Amino acid sequence: MTPRDPSARAVAASAASAASAASAASAASAGAPGTGPARVGLAGPADPSGTSGALLAAVELRKRFGATPALDGASLRVDAGEIVALMGPSGSGKSTLLHCLAGIIGPDAGEVHYGTRRLSAMSEAGRSALRRGEFGFVFQFGQLVPELTCAENVALPLRLGGVGRRAARERARAQLARLGVDDVAGKRPGEVSGGQGQRVAVARALVTEPRVIFADEPTGALDSLNGEEVMRLLTQAAREAATAVVLVTHDARVAAYSDREVVVRDGRTRSLAG
Amino acid sequence: MPCIVLRMSIGHTLLGLLEAGPRHGYDLKRSYDERFGHDRPLHYGQVYATLSRLLKNGLVEVDGVTPGDGPDRKRYAITEAGVTDVEHWLTQPERPDLYLHSGLYTKLVVALLTGRSATDVLDRQRAEHLTAMRTLTRRKTGGDLADQLVCDHALFHLEADLRFLELTAARLDALRNAIRSPQAEEARP
Repeated sequence: MTPRDPSARAVAASAASAASAASAASAASAGAPGTGPARVGLAGPADPSGTSGALLAAVELRKRFGATPALDGASLRVDAGEIVALMGPSGSGKSTLLHCLAGIIGPDAGEVHYGTRRLSAMSEAGRSALRRGEFGFVFQFGQLVPELTCAENVALPLRLGGVGRRAARERARAQLARLGVDDVAGKRPGEVSGGQGQRVAVARALVTEPRVIFADEPTGALDSLNGEEVMRLLTQAAREAATAVVLVTHDARVAAYSDREVVVRDGRTRSLAG
Repeated sequence: MPCIVLRMSIGHTLLGLLEAGPRHGYDLKRSYDERFGHDRPLHYGQVYATLSRLLKNGLVEVDGVTPGDGPDRKRYAITEAGVTDVEHWLTQPERPDLYLHSGLYTKLVVALLTGRSATDVLDRQRAEHLTAMRTLTRRKTGGDLADQLVCDHALFHLEADLRFLELTAARLDALRNAIRSPQAEEARP
């Protein structure tokens, strides 16, 4: 099991979603500034699966890749503003669970609810708009567009969402400053350190003020000191903005920044952690 | 709140604090508590008992006496012998903790011996460890450098426990499955 597989898949899916998002933005009003997908209310209709009130909920997800079962009845509930760590050994299915929650891949069975909406009932364009407007993503590495400057990278999701050039640039700058990396704004990702690059990636995930940030081993390629700094900044910013975070990590010290942990083992979530 | 017990010699620590300059016992206690005593502040009795032992052994001397009553009128200074003693203490490495918390190890082994799930033991222990680690992380992110160092020390140790347990549980579960699987039964002569 290589750690590259899931994140490469996610990055590819994310890039695809950005591309389709761009066309969706020009074709529909979904991406117009300030009129992104409706914010999800927390009160849902009576819900037999007990996901009512959750911001995000996975119910009995199953997913196979070929003959290999990745998820085998995984369930998870994330409340608004909550920081949840998904832990488990390599190949346990924790990244697949994250990708299903984010609508990057669809489960073979089971359902993901985002507020009152079911992801499977949405069109691909709808899910794409959701990922762009309400979700933010941080991966282990390789997520910044190498041809763009760091500031342009952070402004990118805003531009794709229809925000004007000047406003996007200003918000990107402000977000970079909040994460202490405004000094690399004009540099390209290849010219900054790993720690700086991850902070830029966190800035990009936060800049759209998402409801949920999905972070898959966000410190996996960093040394201890830089990893701690990225986690401190990410969780601090998320708490201030009441943004929920779904964090995949096998590192207990990284998971300790969360509010609670959920263990994924053999494609199932375990509830011993209570 | 997890209790962080740093295995340390109070005498050597007070001597180290005195190297910066002469102080009264009260000052020493305060400065010790600030740096090392978050969970276990010193009692005044401990401070004065330690200082009188150091005095008897010639590692500190009385630098001045303020007129008046009470134990705190003496100001203490470190002696040449005291400085040498601190230096010697610093050259002695601390004994590494070689053994895992025995209760935890015992539970893991008993779970395996009795056919129960070692991963259940591990997951419960992980939840317990992570609760402690979360408290330490919160304290660290809001704290000064001393807090960060003390908490990081504890965090790395707790993490190491978890990694060892995870590896052990995976190894032993795999071994037990291999022994119990029907293929293994058939393969036996």
